[in-house]
Amino acid sequence: MIDLREAVVLLGQFPALTGVTLKVSQGEIVTVRGPNGAGKSTLLRLCAGLLPIREGFATVLGQNLGENRRIIRSNIGLLGHMSGLYEDLTAEENVAFWGSMVRATNHEVREAIKFMGLNGRLSDVLVRQLSAGQRRRTSFAALIVQRPSLWLLDEPHAALDGEGRALVDGLIEDAAKSGATILSVSHAPIEPDGRIRRVVTLAGGRIIGDTANGGNSDGIS
Amino acid sequence: MKIKFMAIKETQNNTTSSRITRFLGSCLVLGVPALILFAFVFSPKDDTMEDAVRLLYIHVPVAIFSYIAFGITAIGSIFYLWKRSRWWDTTAHASAEIGVMFCALTLITGSIWGRPTWNTWWEWGDVRLVTTLVMFLMFIGYLALRQVPASPEVRAKRAAIVGIIGTINIPIVNRSVEWWENSTLHQQSSLTDGNLEDLTLFTWFLGTLIIGIAYLWLLIHRFRVGWLATEYEAQGYGVAIEERQAEARAHNTETSGHLEEGEVE
Amino acid sequence: MEFRDAWSIARKDLRIELRSRVLTNQIAPFTLLIVVLFGFALDADTQTLRDTGPGLFWVAVLLIALLAIQRAVQIEDADAARERTLLTPVSPSSVFLGKSIALFIQLVALEVLLFFVMLALFNLSVGNPLLICLSALVATIGVATSGTLYGVITAGVGVRETLLPILLLPVLAPIAIGATRAFGDAFDRVDADGWAWLGLLAVFAVVYTVLGMFAYGQLVEDT
Repeated sequence: MIDLREAVVLLGQFPALTGVTLKVSQGEIVTVRGPNGAGKSTLLRLCAGLLPIREGFATVLGQNLGENRRIIRSNIGLLGHMSGLYEDLTAEENVAFWGSMVRATNHEVREAIKFMGLNGRLSDVLVRQLSAGQRRRTSFAALIVQRPSLWLLDEPHAALDGEGRALVDGLIEDAAKSGATILSVSHAPIEPDGRIRRVVTLAGGRIIGDTANGGNSDGIS
Repeated sequence: MKIKFMAIKETQNNTTSSRITRFLGSCLVLGVPALILFAFVFSPKDDTMEDAVRLLYIHVPVAIFSYIAFGITAIGSIFYLWKRSRWWDTTAHASAEIGVMFCALTLITGSIWGRPTWNTWWEWGDVRLVTTLVMFLMFIGYLALRQVPASPEVRAKRAAIVGIIGTINIPIVNRSVEWWENSTLHQQSSLTDGNLEDLTLFTWFLGTLIIGIAYLWLLIHRFRVGWLATEYEAQGYGVAIEERQAEARAHNTETSGHLEEGEVE
Repeated sequence: MEFRDAWSIARKDLRIELRSRVLTNQIAPFTLLIVVLFGFALDADTQTLRDTGPGLFWVAVLLIALLAIQRAVQIEDADAARERTLLTPVSPSSVFLGKSIALFIQLVALEVLLFFVMLALFNLSVGNPLLICLSALVATIGVATSGTLYGVITAGVGVRETLLPILLLPVLAPIAIGATRAFGDAFDRVDADGWAWLGLLAVFAVVYTVLGMFAYGQLVEDT
């Protein structure tokens, strides 16, 4: 699914990733942790095929990113700090627009809106009038209609209430069960059923800990 | 050509000069005074333009080489998009800068020359005048775009596309201005009608040669400055990687607990 | 390239404009303001206004177009929607066409308003309505496509507001000349062959549509 070897990524002149080696297999849920500026968001954007790789190798969804990083993009669901919502459209219109971009049916759009608890009154409210948590739910709904095979989530729980977090955790579980891979930047490991997930720790643009390799997970017992 | 441009890399003496640029520079040291002598002293007055003709020994060559310079920018831009090499991008940039300078000289000398000859500083109806002005403004925009902070690849790609579009636009502008007033005050090339005196012809050729050498000399120097600038940008790369990796090591040796639960980025 | 995608994108842009009312509440009044300023500048001399009317019309359109282009870029920049589009199977040429269509429709709406205001205030009489309509439509295609292309060139740049005019306006010189001449002919103000100018405008429109469809994909990468 994801196979990075000594991957170096530059943002302008700044080396955001300084040699990341990471292997993630299909259906895995991996949590990425690390201090501010560790390169977590850059790692997600590299895996989404949005950034050029400067050195090393990166294969995502079976595609060598050094050769072509456009092919994989339509199979990627990226939820960043910004997620492409239009403020002057309603929640429903946003989901429907992104749905039409990925050929989702009207039924799928409605289901996604309902799943994220945005049906009823909320679906007709302009995004600019929504709360941060409601926006996050809208972003998730727009992601669901895309049915990605690789989910790259940057702090998926941010701004969500308890119910929202539970919804998202359930969503991630279901996606993984149906064969999708999830890489999620988070400060709390996803453990809806009490199991501890694989946690990868990033600092200075490198992986410094990986629970899958018996490494420390930085303070998580 | 490619090797000569990069001769600087072999010498590594923090200068942009090399044997070829010193040779070209020496030619200019001798050639420019010679051109001034021929233009102002030896060559005769024109029958109709009188002394104003002397300005043309500069005006026509800089006009020709400003067009050549923008042509090189367009070629450099096309090759950049094709080969993605820094060499072509630096060439396009260097040539555009000199082109803009030559273009400004063309407009200024032309304007000064037009005052006694056409009795006007500026003539809106003239195709070449207006086309040259629009071209000048377009490449000012090109240079402005190059100054915008961005990663080198993004900057080069955007500049290349603007450079190509600018060049494609020149014939459309030319056509529209020609239809607009359908007139030009510019005379047909007086070189072909055979009425020129030998000395006038010689001075004109000397002017073209000197401006051509000046273009090449400036281009090579400007290319090397641009090349060193990108080299300098890239030099920080290794150091920056090391610093950042040290950051990772420092973090690794520290005890955990450094990361608070729920820390928000 | 799929026209259906282009249309979805255009419809989305137009819906946003209808909602936010930037077009009706800010750009349209600005249009009227320009006309009034021309009146002040030219000393309320109706004869002069009538003679320069076609030129003033297109200068006003280019100024309005700059605002509309900035707005079209900003919609996509606000929440990184341009990047989100990269993660869908939609082709960049569809996005280019969609954005151009939306810009075209907005500009045409503003031109209609501007046209009737100038007709009334400058006391112009139309000699050839067909030529007016065709040359306005074709010139606006040129403005919309080149504007969309240059809009994305300046996207994500800190100095976008100032960079866009100096890059775009020289490129639009043929439109300024050609559309003014065609209008001048249609208003019977100048002796020009309006239909030939329409041909030049058409060449410009075709060149920039083709350029845009090729170059847009290159430009949205890594921005």
